[in-house]
Formats: sequence, structure tokens, C-alpha cells
Amino acid sequence: MSAIPSSAAQAQSWRERLAGVAGFRIESLFVLAALAATMAILSPYFLSVSNFLNIVLATSVIGVLAIGMTFVISSAGIDLSVGSMLALSGVAGCILTAQFNLPWPVGIVACIGAGALAGLANGFFITKGAIPPFIVTLGMLGVARGLALVLTNGLPIYGLPAPIVFLGQGRPLGVPTPVIVLLLTALAAHVLLVHTRFGLYAQVIGDSEVAARAMGVRVERHKVMLYALSGALAGLAGLLFAARVNAGDPTAGTSYELTAITATIIGGTNLFGGRGSVVGTVIGALIMGVLQNGLNLLAVPSFYQQMAIGAVLVLAVWLDRISSAEGRRQ
Amino acid sequence: MSLLELEDVRKNFGSIEALRGVTFSVEAGSVVGLVGDNGAGKSTLMKAITGVYRPNSGSIRFNGALLADRDPRGIREAGIEMIYQDLALAKMRDVATNIFLGRELTYNVLGLRLIDYKRMRVEAEAMIAKLGARVKSVTQIAGQLSGGQQQSVAIARALTFNPKLVIMDEPTAALAVREIEHVLELIRTLRAQGIAVILISHRLTDVFAVCDRIVVLRQGAVIADDPTRNTSMNAVVAHIVGAHRA
Repeated sequence: MSAIPSSAAQAQSWRERLAGVAGFRIESLFVLAALAATMAILSPYFLSVSNFLNIVLATSVIGVLAIGMTFVISSAGIDLSVGSMLALSGVAGCILTAQFNLPWPVGIVACIGAGALAGLANGFFITKGAIPPFIVTLGMLGVARGLALVLTNGLPIYGLPAPIVFLGQGRPLGVPTPVIVLLLTALAAHVLLVHTRFGLYAQVIGDSEVAARAMGVRVERHKVMLYALSGALAGLAGLLFAARVNAGDPTAGTSYELTAITATIIGGTNLFGGRGSVVGTVIGALIMGVLQNGLNLLAVPSFYQQMAIGAVLVLAVWLDRISSAEGRRQ
Repeated sequence: MSLLELEDVRKNFGSIEALRGVTFSVEAGSVVGLVGDNGAGKSTLMKAITGVYRPNSGSIRFNGALLADRDPRGIREAGIEMIYQDLALAKMRDVATNIFLGRELTYNVLGLRLIDYKRMRVEAEAMIAKLGARVKSVTQIAGQLSGGQQQSVAIARALTFNPKLVIMDEPTAALAVREIEHVLELIRTLRAQGIAVILISHRLTDVFAVCDRIVVLRQGAVIADDPTRNTSMNAVVAHIVGAHRA
């Protein structure tokens, strides 16, 4: 058993030790700072309190989606259906409260429950049917979106109970409620991912499914729970979205999966599984928020924004491949 | 009563009969060598014992109790540990996490069971020190260790929870000579402590060096099962390649 080359052990130290604390890449903070500085120079409106609130508000929905995505991608899976589940959940909550006049807590449970059920269905077909997550969640992307359109005849349903609207538009102590929801969700998710067996096993399944199974992890059951969690968080994001616009919109969250996956990967979660970071994902979501907000301020048409997000995703994965290839060579 | 008793264990994969009625037993505190050509059914047999595969028929008893319907977690709880040829390590996790994988130590915070990484590190360090393994720190990432060091981690994991039977699948295949000697010495230590070992190996010199009994598997069936002192390298090789007909 040969001695360890000490230089390699030291070279990994400061970056990996910092990564060890919160599990994110320090580079993502530099990217966020550089992006914000660029936007501040390019637009005089960028550095204002109201714009800052705009950014964090826009980030909260994507952030909640991306937190669920973090668990799924950590396990070497993918969930392409989050945007559609978001729409279906918002619609479900609105139908029950606005059309059937059920009390507001039912609306909250319906949003999160609808997402969790859709996620459960994803998990069922991925494990029992042994169908790749890419295919199952791509199918759910179509099914959930279609169902949301069918339930609403394609038109938004307006008018939510005041307590739910407060979740989207309220500002207790000046802080938008969705931001508070995002922070609480992130805190709970961080504890879950780093400090519980649930989160550790999600990452170990992504690291080596064979090892996880051999060591007694109930892999199938665990995967079902991971996709259900992603669905439930998509439901929570759907609730926030519907509450903010005071409507259940069946076209809400279109192509949000692209942004959520990008935020997750930029945050340092390994695209091929094994390592995830909630803190990194929140930073990644902020990067996406600043990028979109900045492009809006610069009056860049939204078509170009889609192109920018897509390009950022591919670039982030490319840079990750380059740096991990260098890591292997050491 | 033997510690482990297999009786007429059969396993098919479609029309392929991987195990055609395997019967043999392992006494407590003994070392049994399991040899055979590639495809003889050694790995399938071990996976049937560790709960990864479910046999089509036959019985497996451990300490007198049937092991049927136990998944890998239940098998580990019963006291059987396996060191897989590919080691089954989580390469992105540190040594301590790997040693406690599937059996994390936890503490309670408001009814939530949180992983006690600190205690796991302390106990993993003690285990590594006890085995005399050359692993610098239990906070090192498993995938960054040498092959021999990864092997020590897998061994430490198997021995941390006081097993009664340890199955080793080709534990010396990827090791240097000095490391092989270390593993063989470890097997002797386990026997001295009353822990039974099943050693699967292609290296017959290792098998003859430490095993009390040698079982030869050929085409999914046991064709020889002799005490080491009553057999010879030539006889075992002849059984493996099928020159003898049992």
C-alpha cells in the first residue's frame, strides 16, 4: 500500500475543503460577481433595491425547481418534467380554490400534492418499468402540460384566496414571501442532502448504484422518493408562480426545465451524479436570475435570452469536463 | 450444524442454468476456498448468498436460519459481509463514509436522524489503525486512493460490524506481492478470531496457503470438495479444467 503523494493531497486542500463545507464550487460565486459587475456597468438601473428584489423574486421559482433537480441529478437521474408539473400544480390549486371555492389550505396541499403525484408516477415508471429517466420525464413533460391545458381549456384561471396571493406578492418586513419560501426550502434541502441518509444515499446511488445496492441501500424505493420530491418541489414552485400572478396558467413554466438544469449544473452538482450541492444550486439560480434580469434591462428580446441560457448550460458542462479531466491527470 | 449450509441451490437466467444444484457448507471459523473457471458460477453463487440474486430453488441456511427473502441489507444484518471484486466503493465519498455505508451512525435532532460524521471519522480511524492499513486519513476521497488502499477500505468496511462470515471475491487479483501477503495474513487472523471466510480466487497458491478446504465449481455444480491436505494443486487444476469427471 503505497504512500500518498502529499503534493496532490495539498493541492486539493483549500478548494476541496471549502467545497466540503457547503459542497459548492467557489468559481460559481466569482461568476455571479463578475456577471453582476458587468450588468451594473452596462445598465444604470441594475444596482437598485427594487431591481434587486426583482432578481431574487424571479430566482425564487427557478430556485425551488432547481433544488428538486439537485437531488435527482445527484442520483445520476434527470427530471425534464419540472416546468410542466409546475403548471399542472398551479392549475390544480386554482381550480380547487377559485372554481370550487375550497379553503386556501386545500389549494396549497393540492399544488404540492399534484406535483408529488406526478413525480411519484415518474419514479414508478423509472424503477418498475426500468425506463430511462430521460424518457419517462420527457413523457411527463408532455402529459402534465397537456393535462393542465385540458383542465383549463387552455385559458388561465384567475382569482386566488388572499392568503395564497400573499405567498406570491406579500412582503413581510420588506422581503418578498417567495424569497423567504426559497430560503427555508434551501435550508431544509441542504440539511436533507448533506446530513441525512436520504441525501447521502441519493448521491451514493449517483456515484455507484452497484455499491449502493450491495451495501443495502434500497435503490428502487429511494429513486421513487427522489422523483416524488422533485415533483413536490415543482408543485411548491407552481404555487409560488400562481400566487405571484394570481392565476393558474396552463402555459406557466414553459422551458423552465432548461433553466433549472442549468442552475443546478452551474452550482457544481455533477451532471453524471455522485455529488450535489443545494447552496451551489441557489447560487446557480441567482446567476440565471441576474443573467435574465440584465438582458431584460438591456432590452435584449426574450428569444435571445433562451439562446443565452442554452449556451450557458452547454458551456458549464464543457468547462466541468475540462476541469475534471485535468483533475484525473494529476 | 455448520455456519453456512447450501443445499441444492439452483439459479437460471432464462434458459441458462448458472447454478445446477450446489450443495456445500462452511464451518464457523474455517476458511473455504472457492475456485473454478470463468463462468463456473462462483459470482452467481455468492450473489445468491448475499441477496443480490434470488435462487430459483434450494435452501441457504445461516446459523440454522433460512436466508430466503433477505435483501442485501438483511444479509448484512445477519452477519455476512462480502468484499466485492470491484470493491463496491462510493468513489466520490471519503473513507469514513464508505466504511459506514449502509450503516451510518446517527444522532437525533428534533426527531430528525442526522448522520454523525464526526463519530464515524473517529471510529473509522480506529478500524483503519487496527487493520494496519496505510490510509493517511479517513477524510480522503476513496477514488483518489491507490488500488491497495481502496482494498483496505473495503476490508475495513466488511470487518467493522463483527461479521461471522466474510466472503472475499478475488481480493488479491489487483495487488502487489507485499499487499497479497497482508491480505492472507488478515484471513488467518480472522480464522483465529472464529470468523469464517470464503475465499474466491484464481490464484491457487493463495488458496492453498490459507484455506482449510477447497471447493471446485464447474458449470454450475460442485465437482470437488476436499480438505486442503487431502488434495493437490494438480488435482484441483484438473477439476477446474474438467480433466477429472466427478
